[in-house]
Formats: sequence, C-alpha cells, structure tokens
Amino acid sequence: MAPSIDRMVSIMIALLFLCLGAEAVDRSNFKTCDQSSFCKRQRELMPGQSPYRALLDTLELSDSRITLQLINDNNKVRLLLELYRLQGNMTRIKINELKPLKPRYEVPDVLLNDPPTEPMTLVAQDVNSVVLSLGVDEQRVIVNARPFRLDIVEGPKVLLSLNSRGLLAFEHLRLRKDTISHKITSTVGSMWDSIKSVFSSKHDTDAEDGGGSDNAELADDEDGQTVKEEEDKPGMWEETFKTHSDSKPNGPTSISLDFSFPGVEHLYGIPEHADTLKLKNTDGGEPYRLYNLDVFQYELNNLMALYGAVPVIISHNTERTMGVFWLNAAESWVDISSSTSGKTVFGKMMDFVQGSNEAPQTDVRWISESGIIDVFFMSGPRPNDVFAQYASLTGTQAFPALATLGYHQCRWNYNDQEDVKAVDEGFDEHDIPYDFIWLDIEHTDGKRYFTWDPNKFSQPKEMLQGLMDKRRKMVAIVDPHIKVDSGYSIHNEIRSKGFYVKNKDGGDYEGWCWPGNSGYPDFTNPEMRAWWASKFAYDQYTGSMENLFTWNDMNEPSVFNGPEVTMHKDAMHGNWEHRDVHNIYGIYVQRATAEGQIQRSGGTERPFVLTRAFFAGSQRYGAVWTGDNAAEWGHLKISIPMCLSLGLVGISFCGADVGGFFKHPSTELLVRWYQAGAYQPFFRAHAHLDTPRREPWLFGPDNTALIREAIRQRYTLLPYWYQLFYNAYRTGQPVMRPLWVEYTEDPDTFAIEDEYLLGKDLLVHPVTEEGAKGVTAFLPGKGEVWYDVHTFQKHKGAQNLYIPVTMSSIPVFQRGGSIISRKDRVRRSSACMENDPYTLYVALSPQGTAEGEIYIDDFHTFKFETDKQFIHRRLHFSDNALSSSNLAPDSQFTTASWIEKVVIMGASRPTSVSLTTADGTKTALEFEFDSAASVLTLRKPGVNAGADWTVFLV
Amino acid sequence: MKSITQMLVMMILVVGFGSAVEVLRPRGVPLSKRQFYEEDKPFTCLDGSRTIPFDRVNDDYCDCKDGSDEPGTAACPNASFHCTNSGYRPTFIPSSRINDGICDCCDTTDEYNSGAKCENTCRDLGRKEQEVLQKMAEITKEGFLLKQQLIQEGKNGQQEKQNKLNELQNSKKELEEKVEALRTTVKETAEQPEKEAKERHLKAWEEQKAAVQAEKDKNKMAEAFLELDDDADGLVSVVELQSHMELDSDADGSVSEAEAQALLGGVDRVDTAAFESVWSNIKDKYVSESQPVDAAPADATPEEIKEPVTDNDSDQYPNDEDLPEEEEDEEDEDDDYPEEDAPPTARTPEKKDENEEAMPPYDDATQALIDGAQKARENFEESERALRDMDDQIRNIEKEISFDFGPEGEFSYLYSQCYELTTSEYIYRLCPFNRVSQKPKYGGSETNLGTWGTWAGPESNKYLVMKYEHGTGCWQGPNRSTTVKLTCGKETVVTSTSEPSRCEYLMEFITPAVCQEPSSTDPQRNHDEF
Repeated sequence: MAPSIDRMVSIMIALLFLCLGAEAVDRSNFKTCDQSSFCKRQRELMPGQSPYRALLDTLELSDSRITLQLINDNNKVRLLLELYRLQGNMTRIKINELKPLKPRYEVPDVLLNDPPTEPMTLVAQDVNSVVLSLGVDEQRVIVNARPFRLDIVEGPKVLLSLNSRGLLAFEHLRLRKDTISHKITSTVGSMWDSIKSVFSSKHDTDAEDGGGSDNAELADDEDGQTVKEEEDKPGMWEETFKTHSDSKPNGPTSISLDFSFPGVEHLYGIPEHADTLKLKNTDGGEPYRLYNLDVFQYELNNLMALYGAVPVIISHNTERTMGVFWLNAAESWVDISSSTSGKTVFGKMMDFVQGSNEAPQTDVRWISESGIIDVFFMSGPRPNDVFAQYASLTGTQAFPALATLGYHQCRWNYNDQEDVKAVDEGFDEHDIPYDFIWLDIEHTDGKRYFTWDPNKFSQPKEMLQGLMDKRRKMVAIVDPHIKVDSGYSIHNEIRSKGFYVKNKDGGDYEGWCWPGNSGYPDFTNPEMRAWWASKFAYDQYTGSMENLFTWNDMNEPSVFNGPEVTMHKDAMHGNWEHRDVHNIYGIYVQRATAEGQIQRSGGTERPFVLTRAFFAGSQRYGAVWTGDNAAEWGHLKISIPMCLSLGLVGISFCGADVGGFFKHPSTELLVRWYQAGAYQPFFRAHAHLDTPRREPWLFGPDNTALIREAIRQRYTLLPYWYQLFYNAYRTGQPVMRPLWVEYTEDPDTFAIEDEYLLGKDLLVHPVTEEGAKGVTAFLPGKGEVWYDVHTFQKHKGAQNLYIPVTMSSIPVFQRGGSIISRKDRVRRSSACMENDPYTLYVALSPQGTAEGEIYIDDFHTFKFETDKQFIHRRLHFSDNALSSSNLAPDSQFTTASWIEKVVIMGASRPTSVSLTTADGTKTALEFEFDSAASVLTLRKPGVNAGADWTVFLV
Repeated sequence: MKSITQMLVMMILVVGFGSAVEVLRPRGVPLSKRQFYEEDKPFTCLDGSRTIPFDRVNDDYCDCKDGSDEPGTAACPNASFHCTNSGYRPTFIPSSRINDGICDCCDTTDEYNSGAKCENTCRDLGRKEQEVLQKMAEITKEGFLLKQQLIQEGKNGQQEKQNKLNELQNSKKELEEKVEALRTTVKETAEQPEKEAKERHLKAWEEQKAAVQAEKDKNKMAEAFLELDDDADGLVSVVELQSHMELDSDADGSVSEAEAQALLGGVDRVDTAAFESVWSNIKDKYVSESQPVDAAPADATPEEIKEPVTDNDSDQYPNDEDLPEEEEDEEDEDDDYPEEDAPPTARTPEKKDENEEAMPPYDDATQALIDGAQKARENFEESERALRDMDDQIRNIEKEISFDFGPEGEFSYLYSQCYELTTSEYIYRLCPFNRVSQKPKYGGSETNLGTWGTWAGPESNKYLVMKYEHGTGCWQGPNRSTTVKLTCGKETVVTSTSEPSRCEYLMEFITPAVCQEPSSTDPQRNHDEF
C-alpha cells in the first residue's frame, strides 16, 4: 500500500503537490546530491591531502580503548578519535568533536548492547605513526599522523584504510554569525559558488595564509594562534527544496569519511535500492542514497533512496570477506569508485598474464548530514564470519512462527467480512493452502488505526474466529500516523501525554497522510513505545484476537505534504531534530508493535510484524517487504537482488509483493511471480485497490493449477525454511544467499543475481523472462553435483546449464551432499501440517556422503528459547548409513511427527536395508530403486522425528 | 508415529427411512467402491499400477500413484476421503483434510485421530437443508407459476407491440404520402406566387430608392461644385482642387498640378456639366470644407471606434433581458449558465443603417399570398413532425422487440422498469436492459455503473447473468461495469450489491423469470447414496 495519489485525490483534493496519474516515479519530488546542500558541499571536496593531523602526544591507551585527538589544520577544530577492539575480530572507530558546542547525536538502541571489547597493545610509535596490535591474526592498526590516516592490516596486507584519500570532513557545530555578515554571505553566495571549488582544492597549500577569502573572519583558537574562520556556504543555515524550507538552527553538521578496500572489486549491501546486487561505481553519477522515503511508483536501476536503509557495506574477493557498518541515522550518501573500473578487456588480460601486479581497489566515501562518525569494521575473513560479527552487533533475524513462512493473501482491500469469508472459502474450494489473509487501511473506521469499520467489519472477532476455526490467521494494518480527531481516543491520549513529534515551534507536528491531517507519535521516546505496545493488549485493541497480527506501513515516516513525502528535518523528537533520527523512526515503530504483540500474550507467543521502513537491526522485529512495486517483469527480476542485499545485512525475512502492487499483471507474469515468490522468504501476494481482483483461481483452471503447485511446493519445503530461519536466528547467516557466499573463491559467482541459494543446499533460478523457453542456470562448485528437485536428474557443478522450461517449471536444485527434510502432505495451512511426517531427501555427493539438519518445536512460542523445548538433529549419510543424531542434547521436545520416507538421490541398488532404533531393535525396510534415475526410496521407516536411529544400506 | 490401527470401521447407513444395515469397508471408501477393497485379498491400485498386500491399505503410507490405497489417511496427496454423512449429503473431501484438526464431514469421520472436537451435525444440517429445499421448492413452484404468467403477458405484450408496429408502419405510409403532397402544395401553389409578389414589391421599392439616391447625389455634387469653385467663376480649376489634400492620390502629402489635372480629366478647368464625371471620381474621397478634417471616419481614434461597440453592448444587453422570447432562447441553449454569466456577445443585433428608410408594408394582395404560404408551410411542418414522431415510435418498438427477453420472453416485463436498493451509503438503481446507476444517499450526482451489454450466464443458461458495461470511467482504471446475478424468487427485487473489484460491481437480483420448472422427483431422495 502506498500514498498512491489517486486515493489522496478523493481525500485531499486541495493538495496539488504531487503529480497526479504519474506512470512512474516523479524524480523531481526527491533530492539529488546537488539538491541536498551537505551532500553537495561534501562531494565538492576532492581527494587530496587531508587537512587533518593526528596529535600523537594525545594518544591514550587504556586496556581496550584508544583515544587520540585529531586537528584540522585549516580551522584548528579538534576531533576526538576513539578506537576499540571488539570481540569477534572487529574494530570500532568513533570520531566526534573534542568539544562540541552541544552534544551530537549518537544512534541509540540499534546495537544489541555495548559491544564487548578486547585488549590492544602498543607495538611501536614514532613521530609520525603509531602501531597497535589488535591481538589476533597479526592484525594491526597503523595510525599515520600527518596527514591523518588509519590502516588496518593483517600481516603484510592492508585490509582497510580510512582517510587515505583525505576525505575526512567534519562540520563542527558553530554559532551563527551576526545577521550582517550573514547577509553579506548570502549576497556573495553566488560568488562563493564560483570560487569554492578552487578554495576547497587549496585546503592543503593555502591552509595557513588565509588568502583567497576576503571576507574571512579572524578568531583566536585556544592555543592563541590566529586561524581562519570558515565561511558560510549556501545551505548551511537554511535550505529550501521545492516549497519546503528547512530551518537548520544548528547550522552545518555533516560528516564524511573515505574507506579504501585494497584488492577488492566487489562490494554489496547498503540497501534499499532497486538496483543490482553488486554495488556500482558512482563516479560521475549520483551516489547511493540512504534516506527512508515513500517513493511513489519507484523506478528500477537507479540509486535513489527507498523505504529503508541499512548502512552496511560488505566487501568480497576470493580471499576475504569484510564489512563496514556506518552507524548513523541521518540522511546519508555513499560514493563508490573503483580504480579498475576504466580498464579495457585487453588491460585486464595483460594483468592476468603479468600476474596482476596492479591490485584493484575499491574506494567508498560515506557522507551523513549529522551525528558522529561511528564505524564498525568487521574483518571476516569468511562470509559467515562477517554475518556473525554483524549479528553480534545488531542481532539476528527474529525467529518467526512457522505460519508466517506460509503463503499470505493480501489485497488493498478485502471489502468486508463477507469478502474475507469468500476468499477464505475460495482457497479451500480450490485446494490451495494459505496461512494469512490481510486487511489494508480500508478495514479501519476512517483510517483510525486500532479500529474497525462499523459497517464492513462490524464483527471482527467473529471473522477472526472463523479463520481460527480453519487454523488460519490475519494481519491488519496499523500505521504510525494518527488521525487528528478529538473523537479518537488514540489521538487524544497521545496528545495529552505529549507523545507526538513536535514541529520546530514546539507545537504538535502535523502532516497529511491517509486519514487527512495526522500526528506522528514520537517512537524514539521509550515511554511512547511502551504506551503504543500496551495498545495491542486484547482488552485495548478492540476486536483483536491471538490470530491477529500487524503490518506497519508508511513508517519512513510518510508525510504526503512533507519535503520528499516525509517529515520536516527540523521537527523535534525530544531534544533531537528529525534530521538526526530520520532513518531509525521506522525501526522503532516496528519494535514497539512487536513488543506489544509479545506483551499481549504474556511474553509467550512470537510476534509477527511486517514493516516497510527499516534500519540496521530491523531483523530483530520481524519481516520486511520491498514496498510498492509494480506488475512488471523488471520488478519481478529486481526482487531477487533486493532481497539478497537485505539478507547480506541481516534482514532475512524479505519478500516482494507477488504479482506486483501497482498495475495489472498478465497471467503469465502472475504465475511466474508465484513461482518465484514461493522460493523467497516472505511470500505474500498483494494488489492495489484499483487493480482487478487476482485471487489465484481467477485465471482459469490451468493457471489455478500452476499457482496451486507453486504454493504447494512452498508448503512441502516449510521444514527446510523453518530450519534456515532457526539458523539465521542462531547465527545470523542469511536464509537467501548470493552464490558467492558459499562459493567464495569462484569469481563467476560474484555478480550473479538471477539465481540464489536458500541456505547452502537449494539453488533457485526462477523464470523471470516473459515467454521464456529456457533458462541458463550456473551450477557452482567444481567437483560437486546438483540434483533437479523435480526429476532428481544429476548435474555437474561449475557449469552453465541450459534448462528448457514450460509454464510449470521452477528450476530448483539440491546440492549433492545435502539432506533436506520436507513435509509432502500439503494441507490447507501450516498449522494443519504440524504433526505430519517428514520425508528426507538425501542428495549424495560424488563421495557418497550427505549432511543435513532437522529442527522442530511448537512452531509459535518462545519455549524453544525459554524452556529449551525443541528438537535439533543432525542427519548424516556416509558409508551407506544414514543416521539421525541429537545436536541439542540438553533440549527436549516431543513431536508426533515421524519419518515416512527417505529418498536417496545418486544411490546405487542395495541388497537390503535395515533400520536400527535407539533401543537396538533392528528391522528390515522395504525399498524401491529407480535405476534410471539412481534414486532409492526407503519405505516407511516410521521412526519418530525426534529419535536416534540409523538406516544401513547393504 | 501414530499408527492407524482402525483400518476398518463400521459404517451405518440409512437406507430409505430408518432401516439400518452395517457395511464393513475401509475408512474413506464410498460404498460404490467397496468391492475393490476386499479384506485378506491383495489390493490392486484402482489405476491398476500395482498390487499390494491388503494390510497396506490405509496404513498411512502412499503406495499407489492414484492414492487409492489410502482413502482414509492423508498419506497420498491426490486421494479423497468419503464422508457418509448419514442424515445429510454424502461427500468427498481431499484426503489432506483428514485429521487436520478441522471438522469437515458433518459426521466427524474425517477427524478420527486429531483431537479435534467435532460434533455430528448431519441431522441438523439435513433438517435445515430440507427446510431450505422445501422453501426453495415452494418458491420455485410459485415463481414458476408467476413465470408462466410473465411469459403469457410477455407474449401478449409482444403481440400488442407487433400489432402496434404494423399499425404504425401502415399509418406511416399514409403520412409520408401526405407529407409529400403538402411539400408539393407548399412549393408550387403557395410559395411560388408568394415569391413573385414579394419580388415585385421589392423591385418597386428598389427603384424608388434609387431615384431618391440619385437626386441626393446630384444635390451633393452641386454643393461640392459651389464649394470648390472658390472664385465663383462657374468653373472648377486645377488650383481650386489642389487645396483638397484628401484628393492626394499618390499619398505624397500634396495634390500636385498633374494630379489635379488628372482628376479633372486632363483639362485645367471644368464647368458644371463636365464636373459630373469628375465628381464620380472624387466623391468617395471628397471632404466638405464645412466639416472639420478630423471628424472624417478614416481618422477616427481607436477609442472612438471601440466606444460605440461597447455602448452598443451595454445598451443592448438590458434591452434583451426584457424580451421574453430571448429569455426562452437563453434557457434552451445555455442551461448550465446562470443568467448573469451569459456571454453578452451572443446577442448583438444586426445593425441597420439608420438613414435608410424602411420598406413600405406589402400591399394587401401580396400580404394575402404571404399569409397563405405561411399557413401551407406550417401545415407541412406539422405533418413532417408527426412523421418524425411516428418514426421514433417505430424505432422504440423495434428496439424493444429486438431485445433478447429470454427464450419465452419471460424477461420482457422488466423492460422500462427500474429497481432500487438502498445501502448505508448509496442508492443503487437497476433498470434492466437499460442501465445500472449509483447515487449517494446524501446528495451528489449519479454515477453510471454500466449500460446494458449482454446476457452473460454460463453456457448451460446464459439468462442467469446480465452484464452492464461502459459506465463512467474510473481514475486510472477501467470503465465501471456491473454483473447482475439472477435467482429465482416470487418477487422482483435487488437484494444486494457489492464491488468485489474496483469499479466492477456485482448485483444480486431476484425474479420469477428465472424460476425453473420444479422437478417432479422428491428432493429427499438426493440424500441417500444410491
């Protein structure tokens, strides 16, 4: 759902600020770097020698913390650098003003806790440098004093350099000059435009003499030296975009720093952008922008900001994977440039022949509007190390209830209770499973969240009970904008408690959203969040029941009449400006909502909250979707890199609106999208109000059958999905992974984004081309084999495999060497399948081995954590024996599920098969062998899924 | 593992009315297939694909590709389970619904091992269904009777209309002849004499006007001659002409001797008689010495030109307002304009030369001819109008006859009727074979939800659904359309409306016209399995 303008027209005819009926994004509604004054100022700074100098005599080393002052030789402003060695092979570097006029914002609540530190030691020091040992793997930090530069090295190799290009820039807090000089500055503003590039390039040479600036003021710094006061530039103290002005009472506060990754050509991360998985070179173009925005009908393949932001970059080459986490919640821009980008093919070949003396390098420049520099360097070295390191900082994916991994049926809007009932019955009539049906904004009483339309949804409990009787669930939307209406108790309470975000003049901030004039609760305020959470209690949220969950949309926040469709930056959250907290508003909304759901069950039930806006750490609170996409093939394709990018930075529970939100999909596109969506983590169909209905059975029996089959495949694989999410929860490993994460040394995998891995054992190459007759899938892994999950046909690894496809094809392969458990008895919802037996799909490696896991618990409570009530077992095949052994001996859980069948791919015909159970009983198992496909099927082992057992093939 | 030991269950079947027999068969097997499941004999999958020991029937493992070995468990993905549902209707459910915790069979037999607390509701359902069926049967019966009436009425109506049509078509012929005759009369016997008389009158008037004009011109010339003849020698000379700048033919600012001479026809001076030809050359330019030069129309300032126009308008407008005829025209043409907004330019009247004298009235003879012709014209127009009306009537009847009012015309009674349904927000209006519309209950304009398109029911009976299309367009969407579903009932009434998809409306409509002939068989019999 979106601020699709058509809805607004009826609600708010007077608003003329948006382009009505636009077919695609109206770019002019959103800023370019040039239109965002701090980005323009910072980006005008060219690489060169840094004016910053480290004052080595200020170095202080406590056990696990180093402090060191930096001075800008141009303006003599001092900065304080803090460096921490963190447990798990990470380094944290903070840079703030030594003596800011007032505190600068440091992002709270995103880190799980104060990251535990480790001791460092001073290795060497001379007049211009300091060397510190980071304790492990010969990792050291080298600080160069003049100019300031910081390198993290391992042995002889530089892993990461900071400020090596001299782009550290810290706009210190300052008092606004008197009005007269301000006026002068304003009048010479255009003059400034023409000379400022000259000026900035003169920083190093002209630093001391102050020439080149006639109207510079002189001031004494604390050392009594005469230094030049920096001049105001346009946009420092106020800025106007379209009709919106930003008052900027604190003046310029932006920060910037460059990072260099020697030997690296591939960077990933910094979602959310509708663009490629591998980050692009931004030289000569716009930087990547991180600023949570409600972008109406977003465009593909550009670097405009979207709904969420995770300021994490991951680097990868054949030797090492690393990450940089830039903890800042203000508007940010990221430039990427690669020193090998201009090379010709011939040049690259020469490098190869010559042994590649010239190492490639990728440089990153990070710019943020306010706050401090707070950087976490995650040194890997393997992808799973980086994921674990990042997870130790911001947490892992919340472990979702099983049902939420099923299929979700959504539409803006199901009209009324009868409509909900009819759709629910439609699924049964057409024998299609689903777990959740969703209600968008029209279910409320006049867009007042926590209420129900008195005519259309007059008996919500009756409706929810009806779903519960079918063991299904519902999600209803609760957005963070609150209708300003004195008859609405939620509004009255928030207003009387002073919980609304304030405008710059101290009154409640108001903006337009779905209900018309709306207030925006200040979710950065913990008291506000606690109050919000309490509103989800069954006795507070009228009509809610335990099978009702929540969707937080519009939490960027979306303000229809605000600058760039969001909140004014000079709005106030307590003492902080919206500017400082913008990108974490959304995560707080989702967090407060999830906490409310946990509280309503007395802390026992896992919550489910879908959010559109997100930030680093959002994985802890639920699921994310890619917002208001469109029914176009390009949008189907882009859903893969978009979710892969999110997975790399911790957010595994990602999906795109199946079918596309805007516009009307062709039947072919709809079917293909179901097939692709069935293999993406969050699987929800959604549609815009103005599009024709598209429940799965509305496109003729053939297409109904195709969609049914795609959804059924999803349900058979739920045990694997659940296990992957358990793994993501425990270790931070992404559920949906780019191939390079598992095939780190194969450069052919580094830019692949039309296929991906689920866990490490399933490779999915959905059909995303209109009229496709075949797809070419890259099967990775020299010496490995892959099995087509539908035919069990075996294919060699390290090859491009052409697969002819029909409308029913969903190319999926299981890795040789893996065991995947499925539930092949698909029922009408996941809850109906909870006690069903498992079938084990054993795909043998060329060495005749295989390995897998099975994870079982009650599928919806926290008892797996609080009471260790779960089953986690290792399934292992080698030497013709398949066994199940306990991975969690101190946990306990009883399941009714059993093993009904074992399918072994790549097997040879045994003469007999026997089963040995824990008590030593041995029974013979019947089997069938398909010699053409080399598939051995063991009939009905019948052992409990939680028991120890071994099957011997003789 | 939950083993399913209860492979065979006792099934109690109600045969006829109350006599019960026990039939042993595997769970989930319908009686009709009992013979394929014989205990102690190997079981052959119903598709013949393989044969398995009988103890593998319903052993919770799928052996047959067609699922036939597991009719009573959820083991096979494609199997179905048979609920006997004694007291109600027997049914098959997908075997995935066995023991899924949800009660599907009213006899509870699908949930034998799930812990679901199901109650046997078959008798209740059966009774309710019976009631419903009975009620339906009554409605159908009465509805069908009504339908017969409708058919008869429809037929009568249709006949009437056909008769009327024939009648009209006959009258039309007569009328056409009459119109033709009148046309001739008007042209030849009335308008021709009228035209000739009018022309005569006009010609006399023109001649009279010309004589008057000539006299005027002559006087003017004489005046000019006197004026020009400055030295009063009875001749107009070159010099005397030169003082008249307006006669500057080459526009060089002066009247040269040569120019003046040329005007005088090549001589130096002319007398009164010769001046006649000179005058005809200069009279258009000539400016009398007795009037100031800048009063000449050619030198009028723009303001002066504009002013009269403005005056004209402001003078004329209120005048027009007073004319009742004008007001009527106004209302007809510009319905939407409030009067004060009416554009004033629309009624600048034809400006007449005020100097011109009016034509004298026609003499009595001419006037009589004119009046006669006018009357003939009116007669003719009246007959023509009557013919047009008749054409309209014929077209309307033809249109009505052309509608598909069902196989027996049973829907014809709906024609030109409208049926309304009021909801919380809107008043919906269905005018069958015409249009569907929606009007906000509390003011606001009507929205067209579609005009009559076609019958759109299933192949078996297309008369169960009406489709109305091409209604008012939706923003960024399709034109509104409405599907009307017809069900049998005694009354004719719209029972519900909804908008399942944006701008696609659904209406439920009850009418006896779709009631089917009640089947003579007892509906009760459908309850048993045989």
